[in-house]
Amino acid sequence: MLGYLIRRVLAAVPVMGVVALFVFLLLRLTPGDPAAILAGDNATPERLERIRTSLGLNEPLIVQFITWVNKLLHGDLGTSLISNLPVMKMIGQRVEPSISIALSTIILAVIVAVPLGVIAAWKHGTWIDRFVMGLSVLGFSVPVFVVGYVLIEVFAIDLRWVPVQGFKSISAGFGAFFERIILPTCALSFIYIALIARMTRAAMLDVLGEDYVRTARAKGINEVAVMMRHALRNAAVPVITVIGTGFALLISGVVVTESVFNIPGIGRLTVDAVLARDYPVIQAMILLTSLIYVVVNLLIDVAYTLLDPRIRY
Amino acid sequence: MADQMTNPVLDINNLVVAVGKKPGGPKIIDGISIQVHERETLCLVGESGSGKSVTSLTTMGLLPKGTLMPSGGSVKLVGEEILTATDRRLRQLRATKMAMIFQEPMTALNPVVPVGRQIDEVLRAHTDLDAKARKKRILDMMEQVHLPQVERIFASYPHRLSGGQRQRIMIAMALVLEPKLLIADEPTTALDVTTQKQILSLIRELQRDHGTAVLFITHDMGVVAEIADRVAVMRQGRLVETGPLEAVLRNPTMEYTRNLLASVPSLVPRPPREESREPVVLEANELSKVYKERAFFGKGREVVAADKVTLTLRKGRTLGIVGESGSGKSTVARCIVRLIDPTSGGVRLAGREISDISRRLLQPHRQKIQIVFQDPYRSLNPRVSVGESIAEGPINYGVPHANAMKRARELLELVGLPADAVSRYPHQFSGGQRQRIAIARALALDPDVLVADEAVSALDVSVQAQVLDLLDEIQQRLGIAILFITHDLRVAAQICDEVVVMQHGRVVEQGPAGEVLTHPQQAYTKALLDAAPGRHWDFANFRPVSEGVAATM
Repeated sequence: MLGYLIRRVLAAVPVMGVVALFVFLLLRLTPGDPAAILAGDNATPERLERIRTSLGLNEPLIVQFITWVNKLLHGDLGTSLISNLPVMKMIGQRVEPSISIALSTIILAVIVAVPLGVIAAWKHGTWIDRFVMGLSVLGFSVPVFVVGYVLIEVFAIDLRWVPVQGFKSISAGFGAFFERIILPTCALSFIYIALIARMTRAAMLDVLGEDYVRTARAKGINEVAVMMRHALRNAAVPVITVIGTGFALLISGVVVTESVFNIPGIGRLTVDAVLARDYPVIQAMILLTSLIYVVVNLLIDVAYTLLDPRIRY
Repeated sequence: MADQMTNPVLDINNLVVAVGKKPGGPKIIDGISIQVHERETLCLVGESGSGKSVTSLTTMGLLPKGTLMPSGGSVKLVGEEILTATDRRLRQLRATKMAMIFQEPMTALNPVVPVGRQIDEVLRAHTDLDAKARKKRILDMMEQVHLPQVERIFASYPHRLSGGQRQRIMIAMALVLEPKLLIADEPTTALDVTTQKQILSLIRELQRDHGTAVLFITHDMGVVAEIADRVAVMRQGRLVETGPLEAVLRNPTMEYTRNLLASVPSLVPRPPREESREPVVLEANELSKVYKERAFFGKGREVVAADKVTLTLRKGRTLGIVGESGSGKSTVARCIVRLIDPTSGGVRLAGREISDISRRLLQPHRQKIQIVFQDPYRSLNPRVSVGESIAEGPINYGVPHANAMKRARELLELVGLPADAVSRYPHQFSGGQRQRIAIARALALDPDVLVADEAVSALDVSVQAQVLDLLDEIQQRLGIAILFITHDLRVAAQICDEVVVMQHGRVVEQGPAGEVLTHPQQAYTKALLDAAPGRHWDFANFRPVSEGVAATM
């Protein structure tokens, strides 16, 4: 297992290397002078020259790349063109809200969706099944901002149970953290509940037709044990895949929710950077997103081997 | 028999099972009555669709809910009615009073739970024993089913075990609580003959030790002759005939039973045909196939699937390749047809070497060698009409569409199907009919060689007999050469002129079928023949083989 982990981590290195190369070339291969792109439309010649020297643009491309990677490895992602803050620091501030919301959303979604999917498969073809699938269609089709505003209207404005917007770090106390995170979590989890419940149901229906489920029933054990011990674990692989990719999407791709609830996450940071052509931030975000996907995929593969003893690498 | 006097362990009386939740649907089981007594094995025999599995699932209360429902009669287990029992009561009865083992040991065990824990589950659900006592009992049971190194196997996952070992685990799981009734649904059908023999004697042995009543479901008359005390023959949901083993095999009273027994191919090879002087159409010379497993880091592993296989086939003759699973017989067939590329060695088709020529150059030779696969349910494209399937080959070789379709009609008649079947689709045909279609498809290209890869193994015996007759007839009419791959020595004895016996990728023995199958020289061939179930019984003549030999002398 350890050997497998080490091999997988090593195999991730070239992937990240290719991403780094792409990100590096993004600026250099764009038509025009990278310094001019970085400096924006109203730059003075002195400022352009300063940027050229600071980026080492007068050096050969390969030297530039090595210097850039070296800086990267030391945590230097450059400086934002807009705020003049180090990019590392900007992202650092934004990571906690994003990861908090992604985690709480995925946890809520799994807790609600997996039992729903299992019950729907167990009661396949009955009104319970149809009800769960109906809910799932609803979850898919209602846009997240609609859910968000409805939740705000009901729970924050009418009932005044929780604040309308914003984010507080967990270090500021769990209560303050929790009351601000709960609405965006609920809003976001809608579609993931729909997705995971559907996936669980489909995977369970497949597995319930297997011979070993019949064997389990022939043993005279109760239906709960048949469902949980024999069916669900075998159905887990496709479900885990959806959960994993869903989690990766959640970290970087929840711009709308972040806007609705005014949360300073990395989704909005990315959109702001793209709109302002803040290249150092865009580069850092591409690297970060790729890293998240690589790590999540690694975790999914490790989960496979833990769930299914037949999978060996 | 004295046992008959006691109350039966299983008493099925006038059982009716119908489709759908409400009574009145089509009847799958129509009024069958059978009894199984203590220490007795009742074999429930029938072809596919006869309702034997539905009978066993009804007894266990395991019918798929909502699709099949018992609508009449009674099923009594040691006097207790099963059909009206609650789900809770049924769960209590399973594994304690009645247990079941299934056909496919490869899929009957949960792949993600160690086998020891799967047996343990039975004890946890039905007893109050503590962990230590449970484990002791499981290991004891695993020894009783003759598993080696029980401690290691206890902690193993199913995929680490062979098919035979998995079936032993299933038997241990079924018998660990000493149920009164064991239902065995084709428990050896998926196993090789040598393993089958071991499992059959294991079931007998455990039955003797525990006094279990066994309801044994099978389609294989050979297995019936090995294990049954009494036989019940089923057909289309009805009971055709019941009686003690000897009586049914010697003097079947019903026409259907007679036909069923007459269809069982004899292990005694058919009279040899004259030596052939016809030209050689197919030659394999030291044909080898090595699979290399590549590893991400470190060394790969090599698996030799076929090792220097040499064989020759003359026009109008049938050569059989026999062997157990993993012997490499299908690999050889696929190399010869070039569905896979051999690693080394040569294949000469009508004198032309084809083992190493490119796919493009191979194209004109493909039509000379055609293959029929095992599973007629999966080898025909369900969305293409039968006529188009048959005509596709000739059309690829430039025959105009109208001519190809005309030929398809002729071929369908040749294989015994109506010519208007061209416009129908595969799902409208039975398994035997589909295999006829597959044969027609292969013949459409006028091949010199027909490769039949377990082509009759998935068919019921009566259908199997018809398809074997068809192949024989086609060979006589067209002079085609047949390479016949099978695991079934009975089939090989009836259709082959020569046989090649394979084991672990190597040819163990080869020669005329009459010689190899009656006076085998090699220990492995002897073991194979010895393991063939019901080898002492000549079913088609309703007598033991020994009496037949005495009669001809």
